Amino acid sequence: MATLDLSAAVSPGLRRRRRKQRLTILAFLSPWLLGTGLLFLYPLASTVYFSFEHYDQINPPTWVGLRNWSYVFTEYAGFWPAMRNTLWLVVVMVSLRVVFGLGIGLLVTNLKTGSKLFRTVFYLPFLAPPVAATIAFAFLLNPGNGAVNTLLGHLHLGQPGWFTDEHWAKPGLTALALWGIGDLMVIFMAALLDVSREQYEAASLDGAHALQRFRYVTLPTIRPIILFAVVTGIVQTMQYYTQAIIAGKVASGVVDSPGTSFEPGYPHGSTLTLPQLVYSLGFQHFDTGSACVVALVLFALAMAFTALLMRRGSGLLGEED
Amino acid sequence: MKRSLATLALAASIPLALSACTGGTSGGTSAGSPSVATSVDAAKPVTITFWHGWSQPHELKAINATIASFEKAHPNITVKSTGNITDDKILQGIRSGNGPDVVSSFTTDNVGAFCNGALVNLDPLLKASGIDKDTTYVKTMVQYTSFKGVQCALPLLGDAYGLYYNKAMFAAAGITAPPKTFSELKADALKLTKQTSTGYSQLGFMPLFHMYENAPAHWMSQYGITWLDSSGKSALASDPKVTEFLKYQKDLVDSLGGAAKLEKYRATFGEEFSAQNPFEAGKVAMAIDGEWRVASIKADASKVDYATAPVPVPDELADTYGRGYIGGTIVGISKTSKQQAAAWEFTKFLTTDTQSLVNFANTINNVPSTPAGLASPDLSKDPEFQTFIKVAGNPNTTTTPASPNGGEYQVLFQNFAYDYESGKVSDLAAGLEKVDKQIDKANAQTAG
Repeated sequence: MATLDLSAAVSPGLRRRRRKQRLTILAFLSPWLLGTGLLFLYPLASTVYFSFEHYDQINPPTWVGLRNWSYVFTEYAGFWPAMRNTLWLVVVMVSLRVVFGLGIGLLVTNLKTGSKLFRTVFYLPFLAPPVAATIAFAFLLNPGNGAVNTLLGHLHLGQPGWFTDEHWAKPGLTALALWGIGDLMVIFMAALLDVSREQYEAASLDGAHALQRFRYVTLPTIRPIILFAVVTGIVQTMQYYTQAIIAGKVASGVVDSPGTSFEPGYPHGSTLTLPQLVYSLGFQHFDTGSACVVALVLFALAMAFTALLMRRGSGLLGEED
Repeated sequence: MKRSLATLALAASIPLALSACTGGTSGGTSAGSPSVATSVDAAKPVTITFWHGWSQPHELKAINATIASFEKAHPNITVKSTGNITDDKILQGIRSGNGPDVVSSFTTDNVGAFCNGALVNLDPLLKASGIDKDTTYVKTMVQYTSFKGVQCALPLLGDAYGLYYNKAMFAAAGITAPPKTFSELKADALKLTKQTSTGYSQLGFMPLFHMYENAPAHWMSQYGITWLDSSGKSALASDPKVTEFLKYQKDLVDSLGGAAKLEKYRATFGEEFSAQNPFEAGKVAMAIDGEWRVASIKADASKVDYATAPVPVPDELADTYGRGYIGGTIVGISKTSKQQAAAWEFTKFLTTDTQSLVNFANTINNVPSTPAGLASPDLSKDPEFQTFIKVAGNPNTTTTPASPNGGEYQVLFQNFAYDYESGKVSDLAAGLEKVDKQIDKANAQTAG
């Protein structure tokens, strides 16, 4: 109320200045507003709208209400396996990537000698293009004649059917993700090098051993970086597509050649992910409405995960942040 | 920190929502009568684009020779062709408005999808050109190029499937003739298989459905199975032959060492369309494959000592031996084509010029799609190729029905078959009923 009263009392000159200020702010904001509107809000609204339409991208769309939603959730055979796989990858792959990335970061920052060599060794795989890296992995892990299983055989150990056994396909993809951990390693290295030496010294003087120093000094300091790694990891994993589809294609032996239709998910739907469904429904089956439903589910899941992790107090972001 | 992280998370989430669904609403027309002239002004130079799926060097040589013959006969029309194009790319290209003028596809299953407005109806053009489709083309091929009365494509060479067998391996195993029945196939496959503790040094036959052309549809034609009933509903659970077939295949898988062991061996195979193909490389003694393999074996300079025969039939249908599955390459005109008269001229030439068809068929070892081509004295007399000509002409040879969403019904059945062969399905009858429902729902979803 007080604000209203004040604005009523201001002089016309001041009002003009304020309007000018507002316009200036809007002018500076306009590129962002334009981008958000065109590249986020409009597509999001379109996605919601098309999820209620039957549209094969060639004949005019028709309104079908909730039919696409009902089809995806209750009738479409691929949806729940893809949902389970995506959640599995989000939980297992993201957790392991963060733990492994942090572990490698700790290793290379604490190494007295050879740290440069290790940094290079761990970072180089990240530079390999995903398609090439996946094909190389699929050959290395080939259950019949791959180098890994040949070695395991010589050691008289089990020889898993990595990308051909449904129980091993996702662990195989996780191994691939851990191999390309270079990006997280660099981020964690930077964060670890930023932790104040004085705090470590003080903790040591108080008698804290290495594990306690990590628990009470390192972890609280790098917590925002862990949160960053987890949140971006979840969002990236929700878009997981290329590696899963390439591994499935190479292992299934089905070449994407004319007359041969490769259905993602080999073996037995174990590598099927929600982004693959978006592509498959939208651009192979031309069922735009159902593809939009899956895209919206993905969006809602990503937002829900992020909100949960960032909740003050009980999420990764602590009270004091 | 928190706010910037929230912004970051939101920004990173954006692509998820934008993945697929920002298509415009440009309305198309269902395949109706195209309002185009059927003749081209010979004085005006025209360039048309042509997308096809051939990719192997000898195939590209053959299609380019056909295009050159057309251009020689039609000096004002230039054809710009692009090979190795899949059906997905064709449909995406047409939908985006950047499709070619003329398209060719190897997948007759997709005729239903093509006829749903992507390709123009060719009936008026055939009529205007005085072509009687029922006498010009092989009758079964005319059937698989139309959907719900719309002739949106024409046949350009056919593909028949048969059994390739390694004569040297057969002789070594003391087998004198190729198997004619499913019982003989199993017996021969076992005789020709040499198992090791971890795999095989030689496999008689790879029965898994992931083995290239072992798609259920290519085997099930040996029973004359009805996929969809007259009302378009899936009829797999109610057809006892489907159950019989799956049980036979599973028994063969188990007899040869089980799905896991076979799958491990299959993972060592090279690509289907390469010299590392396991039949060409001598890793398997028998394989179901199309007639094109005859040309591929030559082109790849494979040393495999082989012969061809029809695919064996179920024991109770032994008198129908000689039958098989037939599909084929189809040609149509994109609804987005702006050069439809020239596109029709090219389509007409591709599908009706006998000499060109025979030359093309001889080079890539395909079955001509016209009675005139089949009767031509110039058609290859290669006995291995003749097997497929006979399969194509056998009255019991069948194809798979067109459906509105392409081969989705086959894909859903195939996924179920993968689960069954690996032992994941215990109740076959209940599983087939579930597949029927999935197929019907998928078809209803496509229909809109």
